[in-house]
Amino acid sequence: MAERAALEELVRLQGERVRALKQQKASAEQIEEEVAKLLKLKAQLGPDEGKQKFVLKTPKGTRDYSPRQMAVREKVFDVIVSCFKRHGAEVIDTPVFELKETLTGKYGEDSKLIYDLKDQGGELLSLRYDLTVPFARYLAMNKLTNIKRYHIAKVYRRDNPAMTRGRYREFYQCDFDIAGQFDPMIPDAECLKIMCEILSSLQIGDFLVKVNDRRILDGMFAICGVPDSKFRTICSSVDKLDKVSWEEVKNEMVGEKGLAPEVADRIGDYVQQHGGVSLVEQLLQDPELSQNKQALEGLGDLKLLFEYLTLFGIADKISFDLSLARGLDYYTGVIYEAVLLQTPVRAGEETLGVGSVAAGGRYDGLVGMFDPKGRKVPCVGLSIGVERIFSIVEQRLEALEEKVRTTETQVLVASAQKKLLEERLKLVSELWDAGIKAELLYRKNPKLLNQLQYCEEAGIPLVAIIGEQELKDGVIKLRSVASREEVDVRREDLVEEIKRRTSRPLCMC
Amino acid sequence: MAERAALEELVRLQGERVRALKQQKASAEQIEEEVAKLLKLKAQLGPDEGKQKFVLKTPKGTRDYSPRQMAVREKVFDVIVSCFKRHGAEVIDTPVFELKETLTGKYGEDSKLIYDLKDQGGELLSLRYDLTVPFARYLAMNKLTNIKRYHIAKVYRRDNPAMTRGRYREFYQCDFDIAGQFDPMIPDAECLKIMCEILSSLQIGDFLVKVNDRRILDGMFAICGVPDSKFRTICSSVDKLDKVSWEEVKNEMVGEKGLAPEVADRIGDYVQQHGGVSLVEQLLQDPELSQNKQALEGLGDLKLLFEYLTLFGIADKISFDLSLARGLDYYTGVIYEAVLLQTPVRAGEETLGVGSVAAGGRYDGLVGMFDPKGRKVPCVGLSIGVERIFSIVEQRLEALEEKVRTTETQVLASHWWPSSVSRSSRMGSSSSAQWPAGKRWTSEEKTLWKKSKGEQAGPFACAELSRLSGESGTGTM
Repeated sequence: MAERAALEELVRLQGERVRALKQQKASAEQIEEEVAKLLKLKAQLGPDEGKQKFVLKTPKGTRDYSPRQMAVREKVFDVIVSCFKRHGAEVIDTPVFELKETLTGKYGEDSKLIYDLKDQGGELLSLRYDLTVPFARYLAMNKLTNIKRYHIAKVYRRDNPAMTRGRYREFYQCDFDIAGQFDPMIPDAECLKIMCEILSSLQIGDFLVKVNDRRILDGMFAICGVPDSKFRTICSSVDKLDKVSWEEVKNEMVGEKGLAPEVADRIGDYVQQHGGVSLVEQLLQDPELSQNKQALEGLGDLKLLFEYLTLFGIADKISFDLSLARGLDYYTGVIYEAVLLQTPVRAGEETLGVGSVAAGGRYDGLVGMFDPKGRKVPCVGLSIGVERIFSIVEQRLEALEEKVRTTETQVLVASAQKKLLEERLKLVSELWDAGIKAELLYRKNPKLLNQLQYCEEAGIPLVAIIGEQELKDGVIKLRSVASREEVDVRREDLVEEIKRRTSRPLCMC
Repeated sequence: MAERAALEELVRLQGERVRALKQQKASAEQIEEEVAKLLKLKAQLGPDEGKQKFVLKTPKGTRDYSPRQMAVREKVFDVIVSCFKRHGAEVIDTPVFELKETLTGKYGEDSKLIYDLKDQGGELLSLRYDLTVPFARYLAMNKLTNIKRYHIAKVYRRDNPAMTRGRYREFYQCDFDIAGQFDPMIPDAECLKIMCEILSSLQIGDFLVKVNDRRILDGMFAICGVPDSKFRTICSSVDKLDKVSWEEVKNEMVGEKGLAPEVADRIGDYVQQHGGVSLVEQLLQDPELSQNKQALEGLGDLKLLFEYLTLFGIADKISFDLSLARGLDYYTGVIYEAVLLQTPVRAGEETLGVGSVAAGGRYDGLVGMFDPKGRKVPCVGLSIGVERIFSIVEQRLEALEEKVRTTETQVLASHWWPSSVSRSSRMGSSSSAQWPAGKRWTSEEKTLWKKSKGEQAGPFACAELSRLSGESGTGTM
């Protein structure tokens, strides 16, 4: 011990020597020599030195889920999965990383946000950026021509997270996609129906689904005079219209991206429009837009889509919005995005702001990029942005001050006096074997009060109390934590009694 | 378009030229020059050329889960999670990667198997290797002194996978751990009870749980004369006794690890023993072992453990096995491992072999490594090796389907399935379903058969199922 203290002191002194030399800007060799001495001293302290680094954080942009947060998460996933199943989707899973080549060339500008794995002598790998490219790879790999699947998993993006707004570097996506050559717009309409069903069931407030089409956007840019090469970059400027003003967007397009001002103005005339199917019909009559083949296709499909959405009873939630541009390169047809209209918060609290909670679209060319013969498999799908939804649901629960249980334990096996551990172990084992959710305190002689308190804190509704006298009488005292009522139950009837009490919908134990 | 076709033809010809030169073993410079011309031509084809690389595989040691495999997985997880919940565990989740420092120094020799992330200018990260170290980090970070939690998630190890044996580089672990200062061996006994409940419920055949204790091992090595510095390495040799013979293990210890032969022999006298609580009592009387304080502690705790296991009704499944050593450095007390005694397979098929399907132990020092004040939080836990279980359950399903397929009657699939069911989703089955009439199907078999088709049959199919299952003789449609 004294040796170690002396050694630590030497390390400290040598460290100061090195610092002093650096400050005096001594020669590189001199510094190097003293640093080598320092490292040698540190090495003598042994590997324990490494253990004293206290790394108590998760990586930037990531977080743990506490039991409480897991309860919220499970609730949300239940709603989403039931909906996907209701629509007949199968489920798949893929690895957390893909070959780097698989992801290359699929995400455009966003490619710089991909997490790569270190080259450790094997294949070059990257963490998946979304669930869509893995899906396309899966389809091509298994030569599937049609499938309806959902996939819920975490994805990884190295951007700058604003943690309070529910954005992370590691986050869940819930994807639903329909792949296959079908008659137009039916699957597309079902995707929108699913989005609406989910957002309604989650009860997170009113929402709006904006719809547009890549072909309409491209056609519109063409007739406004945007050079082909600037399409994608102008697209991402236009996409900002939901967050910033038209003035700012125009400045970016003209000032930063070199677009002619009159072209920008023409774009402005279009993109500030939004409405229902009447806007579709209006644009079909637009003298310029109707000359553009692409735009016409897009408008025609949107008209059909609106007919189906009306039959699905959700047309009132849908808005045809010409400013919706969406980031990803692989969309080829209809695109959509759901936004919350207001976030239910307590008065005075900062709102989560406008943000999309779900999005998607049609992407007919992606699978063909993976198929050796370039065979296309048309796809349409949606992705639910659950992280934002988790935050909202958590806030809502806090506002309601609802107590969320993090365990499902039905009964605590307790003892009223000392030296009853054996009996408790036997009884709890009997309950487990009968499928009852039970716990016991890990103490030989716990106080009854502590055991009761444990139940209150964990929300456990029943206590099965073993007592010396009761043992002689062949009974167990069954106590309701909420009402504090106790009743003696014969040992052989206990399992039945507990099952009876815990099977009632509102646990009136 | 024609330009591109011409260019592609030039690329093809140049490619052949390069191949020919290589075959003729032309000079390196000549080959290099022609390869440079080829690359230049390819570059002219433009970035599209990159898209024509057909990367149709998952990374080595990883796999997709098809809908059918997801059904198996969900079934298995349901059993495991119900058991964890039945024992009052909460659930947590942690990120797929940790700061590299968090994982450093925790896995001993296995550290070289950790996947690192590329240094992209930010924090140095590594993919998690297990769920235990993240758990210890979580406890220290949140200053928790007690919790009972389960965690089901994938972990990552860069070793050489033998895919057919159910081992991968990315695989699920199902962990259950109890952290906290409690009276001895009660939580440890509950962990073993949980392991037995899960393995029984999964119905994957008979199993045995081997139990030992780090302190007994260390005490035994000490009295046999193993030098302190060789403890861990001798430990890993001894651990191989479940796979290889004592002769081989002894050779490794003496020949490769420099242990004196007489020391090895003394070890051999101990480690080849296994039994029930009677072995514990016997060793408590062992003249040498009983002189060692550590070994005595371990034996005392094991005796208490066996009492509790008897009260839990599982003592008959537990074997005190002195050869159980287990890899990980952080175990400090009781250690255990469950093995399947026989894998139910079809005759003539290769067995999955002896292998552990669950393991765990007590690790009292790990959280203290994360706490700034070195505060200890004792922990004990278990991990279920589900990948092996998935394989077994899948095999069992296939065996059941094989039973269906080998009967005489043929029925057209189109009569069975509602037209909305996609054929492509029925993986692993032929499109003409063979329905064996003249047999009563149990509802479990029906469910398994339906699930094997990767979906739930609708009311149409169900009606047909009931009709035919009541028939005798052939059921040709």
